[in-house]
Amino acid sequence: MFIDALFSGITLGGMYALVAMGLTLQYGVSRIMNLAYGEFLVAAAFCAYLLMTGLQIAPLWGLLLIVPVAFALNWLVYSFLLTPLVRRTRTRAALEVDSILATFGLLFIVQGVMQVTFGGNYYSYSYLNEPVRILDSVLALNRLLALGFAAVFGIGFYLALTRTRLGTAIRAVAVDPVAARLVAIDVRWASALAFAAGGALAASGGVLVSMFLTFNANMGVIFTMKALIVIIMGGVGNVLGALVAGLLLGLAESFIATYVDPGLTIAVTYGVFLLVLLVRPTGLFGRAAR
Amino acid sequence: MLTSSLKSLRRLGTAVALSAFSLALPAHAQDAVTIGYAVSKTGVNAGGAGITTIPNYKLWVHEVNQAGGLKVGAKRLPIKVVEYDDRSSSEDAVRAVERLITQDKVDFLLPPWSTAMNLAVAPTFHRYGYPLLAGSAVTERAPEFAKRWPNSYWLLGTGSQYAEALVDQLTSLRKAGKIGDSIAMVSIADGFGIELATAARAAFQKAGFKLAYAKTYPVGTQDLAPIVTEARNLNPDVFIAFSYPPDTMAITDQARVLGFNPKVFYTGVGTAFPLYKNRFGANVEGVASLGGIDANSPAVKAYIQRHKEVTGAEPDRWASLVTYAGLQVLQQAIEKAGTLDRKAVSAKIASEEFDTILGRINLKNHMVPNMLTLGQWQNGEFVGIEPASHAGAAKLVFPKSAWQAGAAAR
Repeated sequence: MFIDALFSGITLGGMYALVAMGLTLQYGVSRIMNLAYGEFLVAAAFCAYLLMTGLQIAPLWGLLLIVPVAFALNWLVYSFLLTPLVRRTRTRAALEVDSILATFGLLFIVQGVMQVTFGGNYYSYSYLNEPVRILDSVLALNRLLALGFAAVFGIGFYLALTRTRLGTAIRAVAVDPVAARLVAIDVRWASALAFAAGGALAASGGVLVSMFLTFNANMGVIFTMKALIVIIMGGVGNVLGALVAGLLLGLAESFIATYVDPGLTIAVTYGVFLLVLLVRPTGLFGRAAR
Repeated sequence: MLTSSLKSLRRLGTAVALSAFSLALPAHAQDAVTIGYAVSKTGVNAGGAGITTIPNYKLWVHEVNQAGGLKVGAKRLPIKVVEYDDRSSSEDAVRAVERLITQDKVDFLLPPWSTAMNLAVAPTFHRYGYPLLAGSAVTERAPEFAKRWPNSYWLLGTGSQYAEALVDQLTSLRKAGKIGDSIAMVSIADGFGIELATAARAAFQKAGFKLAYAKTYPVGTQDLAPIVTEARNLNPDVFIAFSYPPDTMAITDQARVLGFNPKVFYTGVGTAFPLYKNRFGANVEGVASLGGIDANSPAVKAYIQRHKEVTGAEPDRWASLVTYAGLQVLQQAIEKAGTLDRKAVSAKIASEEFDTILGRINLKNHMVPNMLTLGQWQNGEFVGIEPASHAGAAKLVFPKSAWQAGAAAR
């Protein structure tokens, strides 16, 4: 039973982390509090569904198509919709408020397009939904796969951000965009890159969760909310933090559901969230803000 | 701060949406019948409304207008529709219904989707004298509400009707020595799940069944593995889930992955959806749930066919039929009354008999008499099992066959 709870918690946590990583880049580096994040994620899920049921392209291959498109699309969103805001605002706090308003509108546009195209109905398909036995515990292959991707993305982005020149530039922008400009970093370009990379991560999250979750055009906000909790808990802008926080939440939910009561899973999510914020107000891996 | 600004933005959005709709209103003249409804096109309820409610309204309006309109006295009047999105918020629903009545001056109102929404708008329907034929509300207090709001009809019945049908079936299985006493039950901590679980608990206790596992889970739970794993570890003969569509999918999925094969496998809302069959293919065989259809009835067959042709999708095998029957009742009551006067039409609804896809029914009890409340997937159709006295009721297939690997339809 312990093993079951452990593995189920890890796979659930992997999904949370996967869903949250993109937002942590967008919010942490580009300072765009993207409220339409969940909608983009669900849109990717719909694309995966269409590819799978219409053209028989498996979601894993679909990733190769959907993720680059999402990257380009998010780059365009940043350059055309958000750059004017970035140019206009003087302080980071003002940019956050403005971006909330702008992306709130974007949320309704994306949701409306999906509503018109797909209606309000639930969608679901079956892919790699096979049992895998690990240490006497049975897991679904597609959930395990999502966990694997979360780990790869989390560690990959962490290494890319800490070990490469480009990554260092992006982190510099996250810490202080003014000082970053002084050392000849193209701040706007780096922000656009981080935003687009975040969007691409959201899309891959959407594709992967569509393999096992039933979704409809109105579910975006659920993902945005969960992602917000995870990134604030993990430390804004820290991809590894999102991975750890996601896993922590997944494990907490799973153990409470197994040993105490499944009715308390949402309560425990917020309980852990509060506890972390009380002990470390900037999140598990967050730096002290000035 | 974030949430409060979000909330006010949401209000603003609603106001804008409502005012945009109002521009498109037809002038009120009696060369048409105006039918209004506020239903969840967005928000958490959109998934349910999108399969059960909206397609049936479209189908009905299409059919009536194709036939030249509603027969009112000697004339045939085409239907004009005024539609609002209640955004899955009960305050918005009430506001929209009031607007339909006072500003759009609609002749008749159609009900929203879900138990909670129907309860929210029922007092408004009552205050202005509009009949409410709720086709998607299950509530234990239906008889009480029918007394409080005399023109309200709770067509889907009470939670205990469904729970008792299930318990009846299980009792006869136990009598035949096919199952033991122990049952695992999970339910969603929301209107429907609470109603049904409460009713089932009482019925099980009365029949002497033991609940080996009885837990609830909150709305929006994304991983039901711990729950299904625990139920499996207890190895019960009967597994029951009073769940909503996304969880119904997830629970079935998880049971299949874990190889959890109870002899009776019962899941909640969503089981009777065509989506369920598409998703699980041959594995749906033997899964039981609420509702079910009389698969031999020509009226039901023709309805499914028309639904497919007009809306492009199959109806669900439970509340869709009841919702459509409610529309038939309204139409026939108007025709029988020969006027659009709501008092006269309400009197007809209360007293007459109607030919519907559920058979020839009257609504003297404010509910559909003799409705199928327990169904099971058999040979690719979700057929009614209980009450056994119902026309076309099939026999329960027992035990449910084990899940097959990789038997999804796509």
